[in-house]
Amino acid sequence: MTDKITIHINNKEYQVDLGQTIMQAADKLGFHIPRLCYHPKLSIEGACRVCIVEVEGARNYVASCAFPVSDGMKIHTNTQLLRKARRDIIELILDNHPLDCHTCERDGNCELQRLAASMGIRHRHFEGEKKHYEKDLSSDAVIRDPDKCILCGRCVRMCSEIQQVHNLTQAHRGFNTVVMPAYNMPMGDSVCTACGQCINVCPTAAFLEKNYTQELFEKLNDPDLIKVAQFAPSVRAAIGEAFGLEPGRNMEGELVAALRKLGFDYVFDTQFAADLTIMEEGSEFLERFQNGGTLPMITSCSSAWMKCMEQFYPDLIDNISTCKSPMSMQSAITKSHFANKIDVDPKKILSVAVMCCTAKKYEAARPELEVDGMRSTDIVVTTREAAWMIKSAGIDLLGIEPEEPDHPLGVSSGAGAIFGTTGGVMEAAIRTAYELYTGETLVDIEVAAIRGLKGIKEGKINIDGKEIRVAVAHGLGNACKLLDEVRRDPDKYHFIEIMGCPGGCVGGGGQPYAQVNTIPLDDEALKKRAEALYDLDRAKTIRRSHDNPDVQKLYKEFLHSPLSKVSHKYLHTHYKKKTPVGIVPKTQL
Amino acid sequence: MIEIAQDKMDELRTFIDEVNQKEYAESYLIAVLHKVQSIFGYLPREMMDEVAEKMQIPTAHIWGVATFYHYFNLKPIGKHVVSVCMGTACYVKGADKVLEAIKKHLNLEVGGTTEDKLFTLQEARCLGACGIAPVVMIDDKIYGELDSNKTIDLLNQYRKAVK
Repeated sequence: MTDKITIHINNKEYQVDLGQTIMQAADKLGFHIPRLCYHPKLSIEGACRVCIVEVEGARNYVASCAFPVSDGMKIHTNTQLLRKARRDIIELILDNHPLDCHTCERDGNCELQRLAASMGIRHRHFEGEKKHYEKDLSSDAVIRDPDKCILCGRCVRMCSEIQQVHNLTQAHRGFNTVVMPAYNMPMGDSVCTACGQCINVCPTAAFLEKNYTQELFEKLNDPDLIKVAQFAPSVRAAIGEAFGLEPGRNMEGELVAALRKLGFDYVFDTQFAADLTIMEEGSEFLERFQNGGTLPMITSCSSAWMKCMEQFYPDLIDNISTCKSPMSMQSAITKSHFANKIDVDPKKILSVAVMCCTAKKYEAARPELEVDGMRSTDIVVTTREAAWMIKSAGIDLLGIEPEEPDHPLGVSSGAGAIFGTTGGVMEAAIRTAYELYTGETLVDIEVAAIRGLKGIKEGKINIDGKEIRVAVAHGLGNACKLLDEVRRDPDKYHFIEIMGCPGGCVGGGGQPYAQVNTIPLDDEALKKRAEALYDLDRAKTIRRSHDNPDVQKLYKEFLHSPLSKVSHKYLHTHYKKKTPVGIVPKTQL
Repeated sequence: MIEIAQDKMDELRTFIDEVNQKEYAESYLIAVLHKVQSIFGYLPREMMDEVAEKMQIPTAHIWGVATFYHYFNLKPIGKHVVSVCMGTACYVKGADKVLEAIKKHLNLEVGGTTEDKLFTLQEARCLGACGIAPVVMIDDKIYGELDSNKTIDLLNQYRKAVK
């Protein structure tokens, strides 16, 4: 039992728990104090002063995010003077902001805009000097625009505290402060893993994904191209939010129909390639497990994680599965076997991936993922970009009749669906590896120990009398913790799943912005998105990747068997140590 | 890449090794950066990387600290640092004219270094010598009651001393 204390908010008495901040107490009582730099998953910065409240007896207004409640405290959240002070604070922030809302990508999705509206700012009192910096367009995935930055520091804290990439800092001082990588390095050269979490937590448009929507619209109108789309598992679980739906609504059928209406000739499902990944990765694991290969084997689906590993954990390269990500597998098969099947020159195929991820833009540009001298994925758009395109083209996603993905790369098992959430790849791999190894069917296929949002999850599976120890981490910070453990004790685990983003792909850097009165990366929203994928799994008759009939057919017609020569050519890749300038190499063992 | 003399490198490494023995070693970052500047005259990027690696502090964090404080130079500086006091007392006694004269004479902006790497020009806030305003500090030495001509003579003396 925590101690209860009495506080007064706006002249009414309440009993609250001791040991929390004014903001936390007020939240529970239904008083939403305006805020900007605060995020519940990050350390408290107290920089923006938007969340000030009046505490009777205190000399100044206090920042409610950083001030603990105490017994008898009398708090006012909405006096006229306080409202005016808060409005002045927002006005001063706006004073050094471009005020180009109607041409800004975050128009309608901007926390600063919403705050200005809720403060009732209808004219400007202050006019002063404005900063001006060039946009950093050097990265294939993440754009940095310091002019839009209001220095709340959420991106810096996200990058260092949750992701532990430590790419960003607030450099210089006072009016000249700018959020940038070390040495003001271009993002493209920096240690940025392109995970896009800075975009997720940015209240304005200071960080954005590199936008490919115009290029895609142009290509969709090119009659000479065969337009092929694929979409990631977690896109269907989140895209509805961009249309005002509650988190966790599965929009698979609607999305397929909308992509066809946008002009795609074929709409495939990345979940098909997820099944394919399991065939290859499961077999690779068994091969390593039975023949004394390097263990633990670590999954390679997450592109941000791959860059993180190449920079900070190059000593573990041999532990990384050589499997490409599902996106790159799907694209490789599209531009080889599928092109052959429909008898077109693969150069005429436009391969587009709709992803929950910004790092997939970076992955698509990696030269080692080329197939027969061509880029396998031509364009990657995020869930956000896809949602905008659907709206912009006047397609009614909510009212549309659901449709099925196309054959032969559109059918998937329930195992493919759960790839989109943390623990899903491992669970899918266990379902298949068990059967490949023992020849028996795994009856209890839901692996509860590796589900949920705990940072690092562990499990044990008994396969034919042999114990296989597995671990799952999501978010690069948790991944680093787990890998430091692997460096200390290489025999602790046999198989590890790592996803770069908090919650796995459902919390990807390309997912819809938080809607009004919600926060980015809210655990409840992440859980609902994950639940949508688990529901999809439960609703399927085929729940194991190796039972997917189209995957079986692909092996029969083209790949022969997992880890075959053809598989290696199209579905596997390699990784190299990267030492970009200005990194901190973690202690090598 | 800059060339780093081995003895300078050793001096820095010894210092960091000592600091790393202490409790809360990372809190000595500013002291270590001071050491870098005292050895090299400024904070070369290669040395910030070195500090990052040796102290296990992310480079971005070091960059944040290095750019926050005025005192840290991010570019190589001249043999002599000329700081013109722009405090209130010096200013009313004509520090702005002294500064203009130096800028013109050395063909420099504030923060710049002459091509022969002899002088770096800086502005200073009050140097605590208001009684002899306006003052200029060259390296660690204070010169007071200056005007434009006296200042230029002073600079010429430094230049002669080198030849």
